Amino acid sequence: MPMIEIHNVNKWYGDFHVLKNINETVEKGEVLVICGPSGSGKSTLVRCVNRLEEIDQGEIRIEGKSIHAKDQDINRLRAEIGIVFQQFNLYPHLTVLKNITLAPMKVKKIPREEAETTALALLERVGIGNQAHKYPVELSGGQQQRVAIARALAMKPKIMLFDEPTSALDPEMINEVLSVMKDLAREGMTMLCVTHEMGFAREVADRIIFMDHGEILERGTPEHFFTNPQHERTKAFLKEIL
Amino acid sequence: MQYTFNWAIIFSGEYGRWFLDGLATTLEMSGISIVLALVLGTFLTVLRLSRITPLVWFAVSYIEFFRNTPLMVQIFFWYFGSDPILPGFFKAWLYRQNIEFATAIIALSTYTAAFIAEELRSGILSIPKTQLEASRATGLSFLQAMAYVILPQAFRIIIPPLISQFLNLIKNSSLAMTIGVMELTYMARQVEAHTFHGFEAFTVSTLIYLSLSLLVSFLITQYNRRFLRIGSAR
Ligand SMILES: Nc1ncnc2c1ncn2[C@@H]1O[C@H](COP(=O)(O)OP(=O)(O)OP(=O)(O)O)[C@@H](O)[C@H]1O
Ligand SMILES: [Mg+2]
Repeated sequence: MPMIEIHNVNKWYGDFHVLKNINETVEKGEVLVICGPSGSGKSTLVRCVNRLEEIDQGEIRIEGKSIHAKDQDINRLRAEIGIVFQQFNLYPHLTVLKNITLAPMKVKKIPREEAETTALALLERVGIGNQAHKYPVELSGGQQQRVAIARALAMKPKIMLFDEPTSALDPEMINEVLSVMKDLAREGMTMLCVTHEMGFAREVADRIIFMDHGEILERGTPEHFFTNPQHERTKAFLKEIL
Repeated sequence: MQYTFNWAIIFSGEYGRWFLDGLATTLEMSGISIVLALVLGTFLTVLRLSRITPLVWFAVSYIEFFRNTPLMVQIFFWYFGSDPILPGFFKAWLYRQNIEFATAIIALSTYTAAFIAEELRSGILSIPKTQLEASRATGLSFLQAMAYVILPQAFRIIIPPLISQFLNLIKNSSLAMTIGVMELTYMARQVEAHTFHGFEAFTVSTLIYLSLSLLVSFLITQYNRRFLRIGSAR
């Protein structure tokens, strides 16, 4: 059974048709990279998967179960799907450690000690084990984004969504975040990544989709995508970005 | 007739004690009211931001009603007029208390809550929406996100206006004398009645209110200076 099935999804903001008949299937352990020009609907699509945005038509299923089903508890759904935003969105009033333990303790009712042990192990894994007791403002952007990844991973999600996780970073910090994401991909995490990091896409994506004006115009393996794109707009986009 | 100042009389005999008793009552009444007002104000704010229409309407009507009618009238209403609308168990409880004192607390806290709710709402609206989004995305419910992420940040932002609400409450508590609560102003009045030294009596009570206000605002800023050092920076 596929991990994520997106079936005939349409969405409007007022008159503006932001997602046009989107169909896509992501298997367990697959890494899907989504790229496309600004305003093409990439963020919107990703945010529909954990229902930060609601769709108007169609259906999205996770492991076969519709996320819009009446008996679907939305908090439970979100607990199983991690998301990492462009702007990190850490909680400024909490230490790094508390940023990470909050949801496990409150949503999953995991005891503090266990949650902290997990959090420290995750910080170690993303390479900032020694920053646990600092506040987000005391960290660099790259470190903050790695905390954000650790915060999402602390819920032991089945799926990780990334919405341009490196776009707000200084160039020298991009790699430290990408390398954490590459590790995740290798460990078999199912990932939806909106990114313009084509090196990353080439290296870890199983498939790449190209969106423009709310449509998926092109889809394929990195091989196909970089060497033999079919659509004119994909070619233009790649030319601009590579 | 020449008025002779006599400061000694204010502190002689029973009168010094009266002031202290009055001050104690003022402090107790204000302290309890502040806590209740904060709880009620927070509750109103959550209702107001809940997006559930009847709850929003309730909160908005409450806030507008209590902010836009005189506190004195509200105190009289609770004291003389509320009897027919209060539920039985509540009345039974109330009559077991010192009724004037309890009424004053109800009036002061329900009134101040409306102002606190307004301050808190603007504090919450100044927190970026992405904070709520990020917390909801980890599976926290709306109330959990409010409790652990939004409100703690909002309270830090609104501490200055909250202090002035607290100080208003202390000053407003002097209206409780009108229903016979033996707080500071009531006691000053008593001293005046017994000594005919109104100038001294009310000067002393004025100075006590003044020091109380300055002390409260000093303590709160000190507390914040430590508490806020890092956490609020963004
Ligand atoms: N809440 C909203 N209300 C109205 N229009 C919106 C809203 N959110 C997004 N849009 C519009 O929908 C379109 C798609 O937005 P989206 O954020 O999904 O694009 P994107 O592909 O992620 O772009 P970017 O690369 O700039 O992040 C944009 O034109 C945007 O202005
Ligand atoms: Mg976007």
